Amino acid sequence: MEITVASLKIGEKGIIKQVCFNDIPLKLLEMGCMPGKEVELVQIAPLNDPLYIIVNGSHIAIRKEIAALIKIDLKTDQVKNLCEIVKS
Amino acid sequence: MRDRKVINVALVGNPNTGKSSLFNQLTGLSQKVSNYPGVTVEKKYGLCKLTDAATANIIDLPGTYSINPNTIDESIVLDTLINNNNTDYPDVIIVVADIVNIKRNLLLFSQIKDLEIPTILAINMSDQMERKGITIAIDLLQEELKSKTILISARKNIGIEALKKLILIQGFNKKVKKTSTLSNFSNRMDAPFFTNIKNEFKDLSLYKAWLYITQLNDTSFLTKEEQLSIVKFREDENKLARLQHKETVLRYQLINNILKKTYKIDQSKATSLRAKLDRILTHKIFGYVIFAMILMLIFQAVFDLAQYPMEFIDESFAKLSSFTKDNLPTGVLTNLISEGIIPGIGGIIIFIPQIVILFLLVAILEETGYMSRVVFLMDKIMRRYGMSGKSVVPLISGTACAIPAIMATRNISGFKERLITILVTPLTTCAARIPVYAIIIALVIPNNRFFGFSLQGLTLMILYLIGFIAAIIAAYILNKILKVNNKSYFIIEMPDYTVPSFKNIFYTILEKTKAFIFGAGKIILAISIVLWFLATNGPSSFKNADKTVQNMIVYQNLSDIKLAQKIATYKLEHSYIGIMGKTIEPAIKPLGYDWKIGIALISSFAAREVFVGTLATIYSVESTDDDTSLKEKMRAEKHPITGKKRFDLPTGMSLLIFYAFAMQCMGTLAIVKRETNSWRWPLYQLIGMTSLAYVAALFTYLLLK
Repeated sequence: MEITVASLKIGEKGIIKQVCFNDIPLKLLEMGCMPGKEVELVQIAPLNDPLYIIVNGSHIAIRKEIAALIKIDLKTDQVKNLCEIVKS
Repeated sequence: MRDRKVINVALVGNPNTGKSSLFNQLTGLSQKVSNYPGVTVEKKYGLCKLTDAATANIIDLPGTYSINPNTIDESIVLDTLINNNNTDYPDVIIVVADIVNIKRNLLLFSQIKDLEIPTILAINMSDQMERKGITIAIDLLQEELKSKTILISARKNIGIEALKKLILIQGFNKKVKKTSTLSNFSNRMDAPFFTNIKNEFKDLSLYKAWLYITQLNDTSFLTKEEQLSIVKFREDENKLARLQHKETVLRYQLINNILKKTYKIDQSKATSLRAKLDRILTHKIFGYVIFAMILMLIFQAVFDLAQYPMEFIDESFAKLSSFTKDNLPTGVLTNLISEGIIPGIGGIIIFIPQIVILFLLVAILEETGYMSRVVFLMDKIMRRYGMSGKSVVPLISGTACAIPAIMATRNISGFKERLITILVTPLTTCAARIPVYAIIIALVIPNNRFFGFSLQGLTLMILYLIGFIAAIIAAYILNKILKVNNKSYFIIEMPDYTVPSFKNIFYTILEKTKAFIFGAGKIILAISIVLWFLATNGPSSFKNADKTVQNMIVYQNLSDIKLAQKIATYKLEHSYIGIMGKTIEPAIKPLGYDWKIGIALISSFAAREVFVGTLATIYSVESTDDDTSLKEKMRAEKHPITGKKRFDLPTGMSLLIFYAFAMQCMGTLAIVKRETNSWRWPLYQLIGMTSLAYVAALFTYLLLK
């Protein structure tokens, strides 16, 4: 299964790989959500939708259906970062 | 000497950039709100004196993330800036950006810049630079952007005078450099396609032509040939979408390159306050608990605090009324003033305390950034009922007045979600229902306590709940039956938390209160006057009332006072409004009402709160005794046949239920018509809500009888 923003866990980060231009509103792109940018899942609303993300410096909330269309690569240094946070 | 010159200035910017603060700072109390012709969006504008010889006419355009519109609000920006014939077409555009989110703000700037109108970039919130660890090379940025750039702080009044000077310079700047970013990009996007566009629209800048093709709905102001070529370019929708995406990516690349050279942010200084607050305020449990507590606080404030000024207003107008009656020469005009106009105005003013308090609190919640979190929390729940998280604000506002509440639905991007919100908002219990509820509850519900709660208070609370539940159920049904093409993209920014600016809140309240006074107020006043006329005039049987009654044998032995009373009753019965009440009596009898209540129903058709005023008029026209209050008069009213109290529990409850559901507000209908651009929806709303009210009141009456 492909990893998308919808499959992130709270606190996890990813790099946007591909944004499907047919289904994704232009507005999302205009908010800074585009390939190569880092995306972090900040919070999931109760009932598991919508998702609160930080992408390209913008704090935004989007619905799961759209989040599922944003394909990402998980940030590999995630675990390392977490360790650092724990240490400090 | 130069002639006095007015420069048209448009303020454009992302939401939450402090654009309104800047607008308030530049225009102050000279600002006005009017409507764009044909559409529903308000236009905010005001004057700003630049020098003795020049003034700026500032137009505050709705906040938008991009020139490509998603909502009705946003489409105004495009319409104003794209068409030279538009009366608001600006001489100068100020793009307001905020120093923290400058990257995203610059996207809008780069689009606006391509329109080739003199543009100023005002970077707001510069007072926060140090705290946030931001450094910016403003001269270099100005050079790179090829546009006047200035640091300001609208809240702290920094840089405003310098900005005014820039407006003056740019206002007389007739040589705009043709620097379209899009032309530079076009080769990397699709060279032949854009060359084609260039050839077809020779007189236009490439970007304008591109916007005509991708964004314009109404192309009627273009020539036939231009319209045809637009249709041709629009053939391949997917290609256009792909090119738009490409354009946005390229614009961002350019912005990133510029910012790399000019803008630095020290991440270590980034405060974690937002993250901490978000963790609590959007928490799965605490989030809702806090929201529920805030809601309770709002309702407490609206009812408890507003009570005192409302009583004061009520008494003052009653005094003013009797003062006018006593001191002006008797006659029709005095009667019109004291019985029609003064109570009419009083009926409007009385709602102001509740509206002001509610909108004060809603404005604070919006200004602080908390409202976005509520939207986030509520979205999934509201979606089940065909609405959006953004519907929460209108539904809360609806408890003050449906008119500004329905106007607040404009930022909901999906048409279906917005429509359902508009249709169900009038079911929430607005301030206008309170006086009706108050008097009937006082009449039919005993003033006892039930487990420590006042029964009357509980009844009022239940009525509120009924209104809210009805709205939710109606939304659920509408969601199932409405077949409206719905393409909704829910994207909402979660802005940083800020301390609210009292200046902004003050202007927001001023604007909303004005919307109520001039939206609903005009109608209420007009109805009061018409009502007074209908109650004091009638056909020939009315004019001969004195003689008719005196000649009736049964009344021969009555004292003068009693006789006068009988004449008054007879007059009311035979006045125009009495005739109307009698006409509808058969229809409302099953609900437990008589023709006098019928009169009140008819008159309150335009505005619910008129109900109480009408009853007051009816019973005071009838009685010669001015000292007893309306409540006592209503309590004393007897059923003509059974001899029991007129306002007993079944009739009272039936009336309460009727008023909970009935669509009795012309102001709301007018607003719904304006917002949906058709008579269809307000008509459905009127028929649907009135039938619901009738059936529900009928069942209530039958059940309790």
